[in-house]
Amino acid sequence: MSAAAPEPKANMGQPVPRYDAREKVTGVARYASDQQVSQPAFAFLVTSAIARGDITSIDERGAREVPGVLDIFTHRNTDDLTQTKYGQQGGGASTSIQGLGPEIRHDGQIVAMVVADTFENAREAAYRLKIGYSEATPSASFESAGTEMKDANGIMSVATQAKEWLSTGDVEDALSKAAVTVDAEYSTPTQHHNPIELFTTTCSWQGDKLTIYEPSQFVFGLKNAVAERIDVAPDNIHVVSPYVGGAFGSKAQMTPRTGLVAYAARKVGRPVKLVATRDQGYTISTYRAETRHHVRLGSDRDGRLVAYSHEGFEITSRPDSYSVKGTEETAHLYSFGAVATKVNVVHADRNTPGFMRSPPVVPYVYALESALDELAVKLRMDPVELRRKNDGMKDSFGKEWSSRSLMTCYDQAAEAFGWSKRNPEPGSMRDGEWLVGWGCATAVYPTHNAASAARVSLRSTGEALVQIAVHDIGTGAYTVIGQLVASELGVPVEKVRVELGDTLLPAGPVAGGSVTTAAAGSAVLKACAQIRTRLIGGASSGDGAPLAGVPDGQIRLREGRAVAQDGRSEELAKLFERLGQNQIEEYAEFVPAGASSNAMERLYQGKPTFVGGSNGEKLMYSLGAEFVEVRVNQRTREVRCPRAIGAFAAGRILNTRTTHSQLMGGMIWGIASALHEKTELDEKRARYVNDNIAEYLIPVNADIRDIDIILVPEIDNEVNPVGVKGLGELANVGTAAAVANAVYHATGIRIRDLPVRIEALLA
Amino acid sequence: MRPFLYERADQPEAAVIAARIQGQQQAPPTAAAAQFIAGGTTILDLMKLDVMQPQTLVNVGKLPGTIEMSDQGLRLGASVKMAEAAENEIVKRDFPVIAQALQLAASQQIRNMASLGGNVLQRTRCPYFRDVSYSACNKRNPGSGCSALDGHNRNLAILGTSDKCIASYPGDFAQALIALDAQVETLGPNGGRSLAFADLHKEPGDTPNIETQLQPGELISAFVVPTGAWTRRSLYLKIRDRESYEFALASAAIALDMDGQTVRGSRIALGGVATRPWRAREAEETINGQTLNDETARGAAEAAFRGAKVYSHNAFKVELGRRTLARALLDAGRMEI
Ligand SMILES: Cc1cc2nc3c(=O)[nH]c(=O)nc-3n(C[C@H](O)[C@H](O)[C@H](O)COP(=O)(O)OP(=O)(O)OC[C@H]3O[C@@H](n4cnc5c(N)ncnc54)[C@H](O)[C@@H]3O)c2cc1C
Ligand code: SF4
Repeated sequence: MSAAAPEPKANMGQPVPRYDAREKVTGVARYASDQQVSQPAFAFLVTSAIARGDITSIDERGAREVPGVLDIFTHRNTDDLTQTKYGQQGGGASTSIQGLGPEIRHDGQIVAMVVADTFENAREAAYRLKIGYSEATPSASFESAGTEMKDANGIMSVATQAKEWLSTGDVEDALSKAAVTVDAEYSTPTQHHNPIELFTTTCSWQGDKLTIYEPSQFVFGLKNAVAERIDVAPDNIHVVSPYVGGAFGSKAQMTPRTGLVAYAARKVGRPVKLVATRDQGYTISTYRAETRHHVRLGSDRDGRLVAYSHEGFEITSRPDSYSVKGTEETAHLYSFGAVATKVNVVHADRNTPGFMRSPPVVPYVYALESALDELAVKLRMDPVELRRKNDGMKDSFGKEWSSRSLMTCYDQAAEAFGWSKRNPEPGSMRDGEWLVGWGCATAVYPTHNAASAARVSLRSTGEALVQIAVHDIGTGAYTVIGQLVASELGVPVEKVRVELGDTLLPAGPVAGGSVTTAAAGSAVLKACAQIRTRLIGGASSGDGAPLAGVPDGQIRLREGRAVAQDGRSEELAKLFERLGQNQIEEYAEFVPAGASSNAMERLYQGKPTFVGGSNGEKLMYSLGAEFVEVRVNQRTREVRCPRAIGAFAAGRILNTRTTHSQLMGGMIWGIASALHEKTELDEKRARYVNDNIAEYLIPVNADIRDIDIILVPEIDNEVNPVGVKGLGELANVGTAAAVANAVYHATGIRIRDLPVRIEALLA
Repeated sequence: MRPFLYERADQPEAAVIAARIQGQQQAPPTAAAAQFIAGGTTILDLMKLDVMQPQTLVNVGKLPGTIEMSDQGLRLGASVKMAEAAENEIVKRDFPVIAQALQLAASQQIRNMASLGGNVLQRTRCPYFRDVSYSACNKRNPGSGCSALDGHNRNLAILGTSDKCIASYPGDFAQALIALDAQVETLGPNGGRSLAFADLHKEPGDTPNIETQLQPGELISAFVVPTGAWTRRSLYLKIRDRESYEFALASAAIALDMDGQTVRGSRIALGGVATRPWRAREAEETINGQTLNDETARGAAEAAFRGAKVYSHNAFKVELGRRTLARALLDAGRMEI
């Protein structure tokens, strides 16, 4: 089997090709802005040129002279748009900054929208709109005067219900007595999702009914939030989002643009289509906030950890407290001994940050895994052995893991990498004029679950249809849901039709928290079981039934037949005929243990519920081990990463091909977060500078050479009915630490501020 | 969309006439009402960003242009595509620094579109120049100030700057041309002329909006690169954050004439660090006549950056520039030719 489609091992499904592959590569798949609406008008946004202050004047004359302009929306004529509450716990709005002025709260705030008969005319008029400002000095980030720091405790977030910071034992005492300690500060930069598909919205009214075409990771969230914003009944709103061209968290909540486009479409009396520009995407949606970390570790001489203290600092906007609070995850990762954690938010004049692939763990695991490497160096201990020493089925709080295959991952990846050939001395490994460094780190992601509904139907022809408003944001959701139905109903996967991403379908959770397969899968299992019960009940009874009398428990659906243990069987078509039915359809709702009993009702209202991770009785996480090789030119010091290997364990793997892609893509992103990605901020003006994908660096083909993914078999029947742990947000975690650790190994220089850049290595 | 006239010229003379009829002769060429367009990979971006607003575009991308060897050396037509020159066997063998400077620039797709003439006239990537929402940019809007001085300037210049503008010249190919003492042939409203490539671009001084010595409507028709003992022992080293598809943080174009281990003559240009294509004469003088080794290479590198002036985010470019130059010199010395 090809590298892109690894051979399944135990507890792994077939590498079925993507359900939507052909449609996507042939251009048949219609993304939101490709949807045909009748006689659309085109919108172009105008965003603020300052980060803080007020609009003092708006001169529309030049803009109005442009032929084809239908209307111009500013704060002067949009004040009947309802201010929607910031969706702190997911769902709802991505920010509370929704007005078009006159107050400006961040760089690139939407201040106007021009609607015209063509895109070009709308853009031209937007360029001619003259906006005057009175400017106040903004606070850009940690270093700026005028920011406000607050303890992030009490800030509820989607996956964390903690009321108090995790702590156990006396960290100060343990640190003071520890034989070896590390005390270090780390930082991570602002990063933007930059999905290739831009932020687009098309709104079309039919009477008092509104259809919204928008790439969304949560159609029910969007529907309900827009309803509130433009003050219409949610039932009158239909969101259509079958394909999403990348999202990574940026399309999880309603951004200010959607209500505005709906509002404009109603005003101008025809459908309105908006495709925001790449640079506008940096400020009209969310981003990964820059973070700082103070980490202290203590261990005994043998490397057994006795203390872990981690204080985090995260940038957020003035009015909203977005916080990822990653210590809630890292505190469980090893047997640490005493633990003390705390997170602070720092309010600055910025747009509100938000979810970005693996929000809590990416920055916090980077800091922890870097500190562990520093400890290993001090202990003169192999970093893999340090992790082994502190591996265990119980965390420092006494909670048990449902399953934990971390060291199996380390051992398999280390073996494949050739780790035993590593000379631990920094700077000791060379290849010509290149310094070679090897590093490793742990990847981890909490296994969440959420409520979901599903509708499945099976026809006498053996064709099945499954419908759920979950979202395939490139993850493979279409494919694995189709596979599940096929195996549960015993029909070929080609005969299963999958419909996702539409509010006319049964509600599904947000495509976040790597929850889609667990939640939607569990609902699908339930619906399929209901179908099976009805069918098998029919197969074992009635006149002329070939399986008459066979106990229901001994009948399976397989290869288009109902099959008894003794080999007797009946064709589906016959069975349906005997039942006098053409089709059986079942709707099911799945609410995971630990979720509130009204979780389903809340989901239909656009409010997500997450359980799992560290919140349940057991610790549920997927884990992995990543190894990378870096090369640093001994003279000019550019860093390249030619080789990376990751081994991952995430419970049942439904499809080894899509899994492989997810994990490989994750590791590439991890390398990017170590070496490339950073949104540059003009510190004086609090504005993003490199807001385009020529200057916001992500790896190009030449940067990525060998990436090997090892799938480690794991069985965990406690996580959820499907037995999957979720892996969409696993492999990009830890990579940055592995790279920085490798850079240390190559050069002897410890870089604690990401990305690792040439300037830090020239000294 | 801002309406503009579009004309396609089949002959250089026709292009010049079209530009003269439509043009506004007093303005500096970058602000002239009539602009040439070849591949469009610079000018169309700048029009979409509302940085440039020409009233007329004269397409010169289809003008005849070839690559040939003549008595004066290598002759590269201005409308030759970057990809074509980069992949040309003569250029690769006899002028590796040119082939490499082109090959390491942009992406294959852009190189397939972009012309050599357009390439040398590409405009700075200074973020404040390319974003019209910043009111202060002397290059875009003379007299308005410079946002980069107290803004984010990691990618900007440390050589040839002024207190009016520190924008770096982003291109690679120009460094090869200036190192190899190329000539530029042009055709303008007043006829043809030939000037040293080194005289084409200007430092920003008080008028960063004036970037070259060209007259409005003056068309570049070809580059002529003299052959010499040094052209085969030449290379381009480009250092950047990622492996491809990025402008240089620092680069060096080197051509050496060696007598054993001794440098008989050197030609050195620097990219990514200066406001214009940059010939490092001080470095050449330092290394000429010396045995090429770590120490002398480093000496030349020190000399090259003696006049550097650094800003808040780009101080590292001094050391990076020196190391890039030293590495390139040593690599060129080791070349097998
Ligand atoms: C994402 C990106 C990355 C890039 N990376 C690099 C890089 O790493 N290194 C690098 O060197 N370049 C890089 N470039 C720049 C690219 O090489 C230039 O845009 C290209 O060479 C310009 O050539 P063109 O023919 O497309 O010029 P056009 O855009 O057509 O013209 C550019 C300018 O030259 C003028 N002009 C064109 N032809 C003539 C002529 N014959 N006589 C007089 N004036 C003329 C035009 O009026 C215009 O002002 C990059 C560009 C992009 C978009
Ligand atoms: S450096 Fe030059 S181009 Fe950049 S803002 Fe200043 S004046 Fe404008």
